[in-house]
This record gives sequence, C-alpha cells and structure tokens, in this order.
Amino acid sequence: MNHLGFELQPLKIASFDFTCCEGCQLQLANRESTLPEFLALVDIRNFREISSERHDDYDIALVEGSITRSDEIERLKTIRARAKMLVAFGTCACFGGVNSLKNRMPQEAVIREVYDGKAIETMPSMRIGDIVEVDYGIPGCPVSKEEVERIVVSLVSRSPVTLPTYPVCVECKQRLNTCLFDLGEICLGPVTRAGCDAVCPTGNTACLGCRGPAEEINFPAFAQLVRDKELSMADMREKLAFYNGFGDYLEEET
Amino acid sequence: MKRKLDFDIDLHHLPRVEGHGNIRISVRDGRLAEATWAVVETPRFFEAIVKGMSAERVPFLTSRICGICSISHSLASIRALERAMEITPPETALTIRLLAMHGETLQSHALHLFFLAAPDFLDAPSALPIMQSHPEIVRAGLQLKELGNEISTVTTGRCTHPVSLVLGGVSKAPSRELLLRLKTMIAERLPALERTTEFFSTLTIPQFVRETEFISLRNGSAYPSIGGDLVSTDGVVRDEEDYLRMTNEYLVAFSTSKFTKVTRQSSAAGALARFNNNFGLLHPRARAAAAAFGLEPVCHNPFMNNVAQLVECHHIMEDAAMLVDRLLDADLLDIRTAFKPKAGSATGAVEAPRGILYHHLETDDEGKVVKADCIIPTTQNNANIHYDLHALAEQALAEGRNEAETEKLCVILVRSYDPCISCSVH
Ligand code: SF4
Ligand code: SF4
Ligand code: SF4
Repeated sequence: MNHLGFELQPLKIASFDFTCCEGCQLQLANRESTLPEFLALVDIRNFREISSERHDDYDIALVEGSITRSDEIERLKTIRARAKMLVAFGTCACFGGVNSLKNRMPQEAVIREVYDGKAIETMPSMRIGDIVEVDYGIPGCPVSKEEVERIVVSLVSRSPVTLPTYPVCVECKQRLNTCLFDLGEICLGPVTRAGCDAVCPTGNTACLGCRGPAEEINFPAFAQLVRDKELSMADMREKLAFYNGFGDYLEEET
Repeated sequence: MKRKLDFDIDLHHLPRVEGHGNIRISVRDGRLAEATWAVVETPRFFEAIVKGMSAERVPFLTSRICGICSISHSLASIRALERAMEITPPETALTIRLLAMHGETLQSHALHLFFLAAPDFLDAPSALPIMQSHPEIVRAGLQLKELGNEISTVTTGRCTHPVSLVLGGVSKAPSRELLLRLKTMIAERLPALERTTEFFSTLTIPQFVRETEFISLRNGSAYPSIGGDLVSTDGVVRDEEDYLRMTNEYLVAFSTSKFTKVTRQSSAAGALARFNNNFGLLHPRARAAAAAFGLEPVCHNPFMNNVAQLVECHHIMEDAAMLVDRLLDADLLDIRTAFKPKAGSATGAVEAPRGILYHHLETDDEGKVVKADCIIPTTQNNANIHYDLHALAEQALAEGRNEAETEKLCVILVRSYDPCISCSVH
C-alpha cells in the first residue's frame, strides 16, 4: 500500500465486545461501497462476530461495550497486555452508555426485577477507562463509520488522531435545520461533541449527548437557556443522564 | 455394531454469531451423554433501567437492546406505548414504519446469509476469503445489505439506532427525492438478488428434521411485520395482549438467557416460522423462489431457515417497491399525532428479522414507565436450539460421523437460527 509516497503496512486490528448491543462493531461492516478499500487498510486478526479465525497478535484493539462482570475485567486486561494501542469503541466503552442507567439502583434490586430469585452476577457498569489505560476513544451510539474510516486512515499513515472539539450545533446549523429549542424541545446539541453530522436534530429529534461533552462548553449558559425557555429541568436531567457522558455537569447542576 | 466413540466438543463464545454462546456435546462409548446450548452473555437489565423513564424517550433506550434489529425494538416499544396511551399515528407514518422494517430485515438477512452463514457452506473461516474466491457473490451480498441500510436510513434517519421513529408517528418524513432514488435503487438491485438465489441453490443444506411448533404473527392480509394475532403451526391463535401464554418463559441453570415453550417442549421463531404460518401472503415471486428450493410449509428442517430468509428477501424487494410508491402518493406532511401522556398498559409485537418480538409496557398518568417486559426472538429459539442439538448429535452418531463432522453440523445448526444473543440477554 502506498500513500503520499510512503509505504504503509495494513493495521493489525482486533475487535472485542463486552456488555453492549454490538451496534458499534456492526458499523465496521457498513458503508458497503467503501468496504473493500477500508478492509485493504486493515489486517483483521481477531473479530469473533464475523470470523472464526482468532490470532493473539494485534497492534490495535477496538474495545466495544462497558464492563459489568468480573470475568470481563480479566478478559479486558489480557487484551490490554497484548495490544499496542487500545481504542474505546463507542459510547458504552467511552462513557458506560445506556448500561450505566442501572447504576442508579442497588444491583440486587436490578437483578430481582429481571431474574426473580436467580443468582446472576453483575456489578455497576464501568467504562473501559475505569479498568485499563485507553489510548483513544471514539464516541457515538453507534460510532459513525465515516469517522472510524478517517481515524483508521490517520492511524495507518501515523498522523495524529483528532475528534471535533466544537459542539453538535455547529454541524446542525450547517445542515440548515430548524433549532429544536425554537420548537419547544430541549436538545443537548450546544454541549455535545460534534462529529455525527448532527444526525438526530436533522431527523427532528433531540440530541441526547451520545458523543459526550464538547471541549470548553458553557454549561451554566446551557442550563440558563433551558430555564429561560421555561422548559422542564427534569427532562434536561433525563437527557443528560441517558448515555452517562455528563456525570460531572449533572452533579454541578443539581 | 456402533463404533465405540468418546469425545467432547466444547465451543466457547461461538464465532460468527451475535453475542456469546457455548455449545457442549459429550459422547461416551458412542452414546450421546450431553448436548447443551448455553448462553453466557452479560445481562444488561433493560427491563429494570427503563422504569421511571418518560414514554417518549423509551424507544431510544430499547433500540439499544440490539445493534442489528434496533428498528424492531424501537417499534415494539412504540406500538406498546401507543396502544397503552391510545395514540393513533397517521397512515403515512405507519407506511414509513413498514418500509423501515423491510430495510432492517433485508440488512439483517444479507448480513447473516453472506457474512455469517455462507462461510460455513464454503468451508471458509469468514467472508473475507470469499471476497477473493467468489467476488461477484460477495458484491451481490453487499449490494443487498447496502440497500437494506439505505431503506432504513431514508425512513428513520440512520441505519442503526433510528432517530426519527417517535410516539405518535415519525418526526421526519423522507423527501420525495430520496424516495424516488430508493425506488431506482431497489429496481437496480434485483439482479443482485437473482445472483444470490442462484448461488445459494448450489449449496447443500443438511438433511435434518425435528418436529417443532413455529410461532409468528399473522394478520390475514399481509405478510406479518408490525402487530397482529399470535399464531402457531399447531393451531394456536391468541391475541397480541396474550403474549405471556405464547412464551411461558422459564429459567435454566446453564444459561443467562431464559427458555420458552408453548404447546410442545420447545418452539421456534424467525423467518422459517413466518414462512410456515404465512406462506399464502408472500409475494408470488417469493413463493416461486421457495419452490425452486423445494421449501414448502410446514418445513421442520431448521437449516432451511437460511432459505426462508432468502425467500423473504424476494418478498421484501417487491413489497418495499410497492410501499415507496404508496409514499410517493401520500401526504408527507401528515406524519405525527400529538398526544397527552396517560396511564395504561399494552403489548407491542413485531416481527424482527430473527422472529417475533414482544415489548409490554405499563405507564403512569405522567407517561413514565412503571413496568416493562421484553421477550426477544432468540430467547424463543434457545430451547429449540438446545433440543435440536441433542437430536442432531444423535443423528450424526447414528450416521457414523466423527467428532469434527459432528461439531461442524452443530455449529451450522446454531448459525442457521441466526441467534442474536446480546439481544436475548438484554
Ligand atoms: S455505544 Fe450504542 S451502538 Fe455502540 S455498543 Fe453501546 S449501545 Fe450499542
Ligand atoms: S437543534 Fe440542537 S443541535 Fe441543532 S442548533 Fe438547536 S440545539 Fe443545536
Ligand atoms: S446528535 Fe447527539 S445523540 Fe445524536 S448522534 Fe450526534 S451526538 Fe449522538
């Protein structure tokens, strides 16, 4: 492979899933029209969802999901030891994701609700970064394949990996959407990191902050906007808690 | 006399299936001592975490039960909540939802047929080597998968985890321009489906029959998708609200996913179940495709679920084109009914790609969820897979197959069900 005159080696990549819906891994097989080019950039060493071949030598481990059981901690540590670079892949891996909603309740109550009296092991949902060192995080529920492609190209060409620092509103305005606040709905676009092309507000639904906080956000101004518009603070809190990406701000606000 | 054979098959985290499941077979003195299908996925407790959430947000949460069938989960919750709160969405929105379901099923079937199942029949570890050996086949598969994803994106805003499916209808309708493009795309990809069908007709489907009871939706007027009666090939017919008597969930020690049954020891859901219960409602082209494979209702060979999926792809292509035409004539501005939250409880049943899916939700007068129950297609197949494995291993031994052959057959069997394990342990 040749890129701008440099000889490039395909990335030895492996993909692992923990507690999650596996929707982020699924994105790797999407964007079918660019799939052959994408696959040329990577040498898939281990990816249980699509292949029965398993190898333990890989440079980059994509880790999807959050951690909710002790055997997962051990598996994750083994992966960390083998990988040169570990990427938290998706919102569950980066922030805990929707799984973290169960952390609000005692775990015994959660188990009782679903499994009656059966002894099922579970613990509060943890981020990948709570257990091992994470080199990069790619947020999104699910991740955006375009962004993944861009990041993989950066890694192959050894360029720095970056995420947009600005909020979703910037992308939303570029798409000429009517602002949901003007329609009387709270949207987390002003405080959430862009990179999804504002897909939710473009579909006329509120951003729920799956990509976590943008850099240098003005959270008090955001909360003030909600108050000024006389919108429900309870609704705002439900939205901020949805993917567990705004923990600090939530505490600050309440 | 039978050969004295001793072996143990212990497959941990079966590859090329969604989620984590194990197969255990043990043979002593040529006799089957154990055959187990164990799900070891980590549960996520959706039924507990959805409690207290406002109704309008619920479909966005429950869609995260599954990355492959997120539209089905979203619509099962929406249907349950709309029935609970007596909301009637506009016709146009209902048509958009039906089209969205087609997109998801096409994507899911193409993924399964080409990426998960086909490598078994070609003795490859994954679809990657097949890209080299049969490039035109993989291209056809990718074209169908891409079309499925495109239908979902046009109708719901994104192919995984829909953004515009909401209580009361949809939050945004596709533009006429996108619909026209979709129409062309469907027509252009019919040859890819023909190529796929020819290819699958060259594969040898294992011969194995264990009679079971097939469960699906049926509405009498169209091939099932969203809502209807719950029926079985043993003649059971129940109202959607009566879903608990159609599932009878129970816990088994070796699995984190529950088991279910109806009239018999086990039952099956999925493409073959829909086919067996609704053959007459398939598009004539889909019925012709079934005939070419010798697939007729009621078929009790679980390996034929692969063929039933392919037959459904034919139906979807025809029906999706019809739905696009209907939308082109519809009022694309009348898409959402306003509603006031209220207390109620109801069931929403939909045919997800892997089979019938139930969400039962109860709300308080502010529209917050106070109780939730979700029963997933794979949960309804776990017992069937388990008992099939037993019967299949017995048959393999009787046919004098060795360990490697038995293992291969068992793995293909499980994959034929297209299990979605993280979904079943939600
Ligand atoms: S981040 Fe979202 S899409 Fe990705 S695995 Fe978690 S729930 Fe699924
Ligand atoms: S709709 Fe949301 S993302 Fe778009 S401009 Fe308004 S607040 Fe920002
Ligand atoms: S709009 Fe918000 S919730 Fe939607 S994908 Fe983007 S960051 Fe995530």
